[in-house]
Amino acid sequence: MATPDLTIAGSSTTTARVKHPRSRRRRPRSVSDWIILVIAFLVAIVVVAPFILVLLNSFKSPSDYATGGPLAWPAHLYLKGIEAFWNNVNFPLKLWNSVFISALVAVFGVAVSVLNAYALGVGRIKGRIWIVVLFLLANMLPQEAMIYPLYYMFKQVGLYDNVWAVIIILTVLESAFGTYLLSSVFSTFPTAVLEAAALDGASRWQILTRIIVPISRPTLSVLLVFFFIWSWNEFLIPLVFLVSNDNQTVPLAVATLTGQRTMDITTTSASALLGLLPTLIFFLIFQRTLTKGITAGAVK
Amino acid sequence: MAVNSIGIAQKRVKRPRKVAEIGLIPEGSKRGRAGFWLYLIPGLILLTVVILIPLVWNVYISFTSWRGILPPTFIGLANWTALFQDQQFWISFGTSIALIIAMVVIPTLLGLVLAAMLFDLIGRKFNGSVASFLRATYYLPQLLPIAVASILIGWIVRPDDGALNTILRDVGLGALQGNWLGSPSTALPTIMVVMVWVQLGYPVVIFMAALQRVDPELYEAAEIDGANWFQRFRSITSHIIRPEVYVVTLTSTIAALKVFGPVYTLTKGGPGTSTLVPSYYSYVQFFQTTQVGYGAAISTALTVVIIVVAAIFLRAQNRSERLESER
Repeated sequence: MATPDLTIAGSSTTTARVKHPRSRRRRPRSVSDWIILVIAFLVAIVVVAPFILVLLNSFKSPSDYATGGPLAWPAHLYLKGIEAFWNNVNFPLKLWNSVFISALVAVFGVAVSVLNAYALGVGRIKGRIWIVVLFLLANMLPQEAMIYPLYYMFKQVGLYDNVWAVIIILTVLESAFGTYLLSSVFSTFPTAVLEAAALDGASRWQILTRIIVPISRPTLSVLLVFFFIWSWNEFLIPLVFLVSNDNQTVPLAVATLTGQRTMDITTTSASALLGLLPTLIFFLIFQRTLTKGITAGAVK
Repeated sequence: MAVNSIGIAQKRVKRPRKVAEIGLIPEGSKRGRAGFWLYLIPGLILLTVVILIPLVWNVYISFTSWRGILPPTFIGLANWTALFQDQQFWISFGTSIALIIAMVVIPTLLGLVLAAMLFDLIGRKFNGSVASFLRATYYLPQLLPIAVASILIGWIVRPDDGALNTILRDVGLGALQGNWLGSPSTALPTIMVVMVWVQLGYPVVIFMAALQRVDPELYEAAEIDGANWFQRFRSITSHIIRPEVYVVTLTSTIAALKVFGPVYTLTKGGPGTSTLVPSYYSYVQFFQTTQVGYGAAISTALTVVIIVVAAIFLRAQNRSERLESER
């Protein structure tokens, strides 16, 4: 499996402790250890400071901000900034667009990746190394190198300014990465299981859907979560394809509306808050899956 | 973002030779492995239509003059000769180098130090969950949509009443106030700060996972021999996590060359050309001035640069692995 356990007291230290009783004793903490701990926390504070600033100032009125400054606690709870942004951009609609696009891309992307990886990793078809390199290359290319022809093509077939254009393109881009990752995961699939299934007369399709997919569900769910986040965060492709207000995604709505400098300072803050809130919620729910996934592949 | 290309290091996995020649499933049917092609067909068609054809087409467009409406006219190398004399094109790659410093050099070095601090010290001497908490905190900006992250920082560095300027004034450092994104001398450094903030968590997470491979007994032996932290880091840790250093620098360099969102949302390449990047420059040619042929030349040049950089990296990685295994 490509998803190692990341908890710090992971298996390697535990086994070492068993073999080596001396290391069970926690070493004494010196003054410099405490200093390093403080430094690590200071870095963390710097990293979250922008989040805290935005949180603090989204609930202030512009005059409250002017008198109290950005660091003061809100004098009273002011929701007009958030309301203004929410209604101005029709935020629920943008949320729905983002969820719709990201969810479909995640599902389609994983499905395409599984099919590709089945042929490449399990089937080991001829020339697979070149095909994997092709998928890897597709993943590396700048989107600008494809964007204009895609824009032209989708305009011709009438899918311009349509969420399906974005869904199709992102599915391909993300499944290119998924194919690359899953091919190598599938190629280490225990052969005994596959042989047993083949002896029992399972067809290729049955082996894929009844054995490989259920067994590799942990990897697939990591992939699903990542595809969802990547699609959610995608910027250039929605920017080019989703020109009308009703089709925009959350990042696009935040970026285009905030670009108009007419917005007052606390409404701008509220727009940033609404933009980051879905990601934050997602992060809190899927934190474990995410930390596993980031290192998948890099550690093997 | 950068996570998008994790996993380059998987190339290292060596498959046993014998097994590699046949599929993993014993073939009862006479069709053999060829039947697996069926599963690859949808994926290959999609890849061809959405990536390969547009890519080749884009290269062709770079040899034409095209305003997007009438059919393109072939003009040979005209776009390319213009490109190499175009000051703005070279400036945009200069900005990319600044972004490589902000997204590769600084986060990798800082990430090494932070990962070692969290893993070696805080994880062992204090508490593992403190280390996990800090790691998650560092990683948070990586998950934000880059456009939202940019707006967030853009809000803080707003001229006049922005949080940064207000705080500077309040603590008596009013002289340091600035129009951070609006003046040519500070716009690029401000974007660089945004990118460091966004990128930092990525190397920390990858390196911390890599450090788990370090055998604690090796460390203890070195400690007994009187090696200090830095000596241990140089002679043990740096060798073991080298593959991850390659992965992180390669993926981050590619990400730095592709930067578009922050420039689009914060500065539009300005003021002047101080924050112009290749991807934004080509976007402007495609969709604003509709010099499609010229935009295609810029994006093709960017593609070539990325492929060359990746090839150099992978070569260097292979060589260092060979040297390492010969030791």
